[in-house]
Formats: sequence, C-alpha cells, structure tokens
Amino acid sequence: MRIEGRVWVIEKDGKLIDDIDTDMIYHNKYLHITDKNEMAKYAFSNLEGWQDFPEKAKEGDIIIAGENFGCGSSRQHAVDCFIALGIKAIVAKSFGAIYKRNAINSGLAIVECKDIDKAGLKNGDVIEIDLERGDIKKDGKTIAKAKPMSPVQAAIYRAGGLFAYAKSI
Amino acid sequence: MPTIIEKIFRKHSEDRVEVGSTIWLDVDLRTARDFAGAQVVKNLLENYDGDYIDDPSKTFFTFDCNAPANTIGYANNQQICREFARKNGIKVFDVNRGIGSHVVIEEGLAYPGITAVGTDSHFNILGSIGAFGQGMGDVDIAFVFKTGKTWFEVPPTVKVNFIGMPDSRWTAKDLALLCVKELKGKVLGKAIEFYGEIVDKLSLAGRITLASMVTEMGGIIGFIPPNEEVIEFCKRRANKDMQPVYADKDANYEEEIDIDVSNLEPLIALPGNPANVKRVADLPSISVDSVFIGSCTNGREEDIEAAYNILKGKKIAENVMLKIVPATRQVWQYMLDKGIMKGLFDAGAIISHAACGGCASGQIGMTGRGEVQISTSNRNFKGKQGEGDTYLASPETAAASALAGYITEVEE
Repeated sequence: MRIEGRVWVIEKDGKLIDDIDTDMIYHNKYLHITDKNEMAKYAFSNLEGWQDFPEKAKEGDIIIAGENFGCGSSRQHAVDCFIALGIKAIVAKSFGAIYKRNAINSGLAIVECKDIDKAGLKNGDVIEIDLERGDIKKDGKTIAKAKPMSPVQAAIYRAGGLFAYAKSI
Repeated sequence: MPTIIEKIFRKHSEDRVEVGSTIWLDVDLRTARDFAGAQVVKNLLENYDGDYIDDPSKTFFTFDCNAPANTIGYANNQQICREFARKNGIKVFDVNRGIGSHVVIEEGLAYPGITAVGTDSHFNILGSIGAFGQGMGDVDIAFVFKTGKTWFEVPPTVKVNFIGMPDSRWTAKDLALLCVKELKGKVLGKAIEFYGEIVDKLSLAGRITLASMVTEMGGIIGFIPPNEEVIEFCKRRANKDMQPVYADKDANYEEEIDIDVSNLEPLIALPGNPANVKRVADLPSISVDSVFIGSCTNGREEDIEAAYNILKGKKIAENVMLKIVPATRQVWQYMLDKGIMKGLFDAGAIISHAACGGCASGQIGMTGRGEVQISTSNRNFKGKQGEGDTYLASPETAAASALAGYITEVEE
C-alpha cells in the first residue's frame, strides 16, 4: 500500500510541535457537530499559527508532526476533520494511543516515524510512503524509515475502516 | 509470566496474548457518553440494519459532559441517545447521575478483572479497581455495542515502584502529578502497574486520582492492585463474588522504574502542559481569578471534604470564583448529609450538578482570556478549559488558594 502526497510540516521555530492534543486539533466547543463535512473547517483551529490550515490543505495532503500527536481526548472528530479535508496520512514521531486507533478505524493512515524530524522536509515537498514496509521516499530516495503497520491495522486500513473490515471477515 | 493486563486479556480473548500481538477482546461493559454518544448511534444506524446491540444488559449511556445540556447541540445529542436507548432496551444514566467512569464503579457494573470501554479518554480510571478500562472513539464504541468485541494491540507493561514514604503533606494528586512529570515520554502506549507502600495506603478515591492521570502520562492504563477495602467495596456494589487479578511475582515487565516519594510535597502543573510540574512552594505569588474543584480526577467525597475542611468557617478571597462540582450524585448526597454543602456555600462557593463540569465546555463555565484558574482536573492544554491559564493541583492546594486569592499550599 503506497500513499503519495504533498506535506505540511507542523512546526514552530523550526521544530516539529510535540504534544498536539485533541483540543488543539479540534476544540471541544465544536464537539456537538456530527456532520463530518462541517468538521473540516475546524481542523487545527486551536493550534497557534495553523488556524488557517483548512483553507490551505488540499485533497491528498500529508501531515508531518512531532511526538505524542493526538494525545488527550477520545474524540473521533479530531480524526474525522482531517478525513473531511482529504488528508491521506499523518506522519508523526509518536501518537496518542487512542488517536492511533481512531485513525486506523476510520481508514486514515497513521505512520510512526521516530526520525521524521531529521528528514529535512519542507512544506510542499512531495513524499511517498510504503505503509507495510515503512519506507518514506522523496524523489525516489528513502529519507526515513517508519514502523510498518501491523497486519490487523493494515487489514482494517485496506478495507477502508473498521465497519467495512468487519463486513469483509 | 503474565502481567495484570495480559492475565485479564487471556480471560477475555481466544487469541494468543503476547506483547505486540493484536487480539480480539471480549468487552464486559460497554458505555457511551453524551459526548460522542450521538455519533455512536449514527455509526450504528448507518452501518447496520437493526439488531444494533449485542447485549443491552452490558450496554449503557452515561451523560456527564454537559449536565444538563447548556447548548442546543448537546441537548440534541442527548435526546438522540435517549430515544435510541428506549428503542433498544439500553439503560441511560442521565444528566442527574454524574461522571460515567465513576458511576459504573458505584453501580457495581465495573469491578476487578473485567474489561470495559467508553467514549471517555479517562475510562482507564478503572485501573484504580484492577479492571481494564479504555477510552475509545465513536467508531470503536459503535463496533463494541454491535459485536461485544474490540481489537487491541497488547501493550508492554512498565512496573513503577514507589520508594519511601513522605510526611503528611502529600495528597494522591501530588503523587499523580509527580508521576506525570517522571513518566511522561517513558510509558507512551504502555500499561503501568503501580507498587509501593504509598499505593497500598491509597483509599479508593486516591486510587481513582492516580489512575485517572495515566492518560496524561501517555499510558494505556495504570493498574493499582486492589486491596481489601477496594475488593469489599466492589463486592458490595456488584453483589457478587469476584476474582481480582494480580501479576505473578516474576511477571514479564518491559522496564521497572523507581520513583522516590520520600520527599513528596504539594505540586502544581503550570498552564499549557500537565507534565510541567513544579513545587507549589517554588512558585512566585500568582493571583487567581477562579478555582475549580471536581472532575473525574478529584471529584470524590474525600476530595470535596478535604477542601471543605480547609474552607469551613472562612470566606474565600474577594473577587475569587470558587466552583465545586461533585463527580456523582452519591457525592452530592454525602455533601448534603455531612453539612458540607452548607459549609462550602457559606465560604462563598458555587456548587453545581454532579458531572464533569469544566472539561468539555460543561455547565460550570469556561475561563476567559487573561483569567487565571487553579483546577483539580487533569488537563490544562491551551484552550482546554477556555482561553485563560489553568494550573492543576490538589483540592487542598486549590482550597487554600481560594482563601488566599493567590496560589499557595495549605498552611501547616
């Protein structure tokens, strides 16, 4: 399974931001919203410097972030808002455990890569990710190695999410 | 030899349970809150044709985020859950009952050794009674409602040994804050087991406080091996015999971490990150505008009574708002019976319905820009509790600060 897309490097002062919590991704004041398309406009709406992300992001883009991305609450909104924007994958040094599950269950690719900050990525670079092997490439060259998806996670992702997966088994 | 989580999983799965493997887990207790509950219903209706609930006797809604709803959005979502619950024979613990993760303990629905899930990132609070609890998103929870199962990657376990015993100035919240500071980054995606004299001496309320902040440590769950008091309480509430799960002596831990608690004293997390923990004594004088006492971390009888013991017969500082939110209706009852309600009222407190209160734009209100709040809850990320700055501390430190008008620990 391969994903190719343009990256957004979520950084501040030249460093990937760590501990981006679910309130920064999708603030609790919008939790009553149940229409996924409406969630799109609030993605990163409480993350300083990135409030305009929904206007800038395009279908197929990839997010690059630091440690413990998506820590905090169990809200699915924090995943759904990116899916609604057309984001195809999130590459981070590590993820909050619940966030990781929520993303996989909804068919959003989660890529754990300890060394992604050393890959020298800039906004707009195009990368290619092999989810099962963990290879991250730019211009055909491997720039970082990610943790490969586990077989169950890969199966759920390939099916397009948990409900679709459950119907397929 | 298996750790606590591995033992619980072995009893709840047909798959081979080993660290790193992904298993299908049978879930004994399945809950959803007013937060995300409506999406759980939506997921069920969109993905299945009738027959939505595997076992209604194991499935519950618990409303606690906004009790009663203070926005039309929340009101609508609660009503969606209520109507779905009526049609499908599911019990609702409605807006008068309190925080779901506490209610399931009080009601005897959760007890040592079981597996439970809810749409609450602090559902791992059930580690306080030696049960497996896990917060999950609405897709996961809908799937569990329908099938009774969930997939789970078996995490490694870290054993935390508390060394020494502090003097009388510590609280369970100080212990929890110390753990967030010491364990942050070391336990991400892992289970924890807590051991040591200090843990043995924790009451159920203290265990809830410690277990609740494992989420902020980055852990999956923190188990506190149940003692006699906890087992007796759970037996009485569940009205059944139960077999608590303990790790074998030579259990297979990924790592052991020793934390010296002999000098534990009042601690506080500075605004923005629960892991940015300092000694209260080291802070400069910081004026407070509001004080919040409650939440799933510090909303038990013992927590509110500790604040009451500091506040009774006194008045809070002028221009300070003191907001008190008991975790459950049972705690409310206790406050009424013991005269705590009147004492807190006389001290100048605002007392609200049993619920979460502050964390999810709840009924007790948010902070405004520039407002300084000291809170007994568990998270203070920017924007979480409003636009102000939130410090995290114990009920004792919060109450003392309400009296003084600035952040301070309890006077000796």
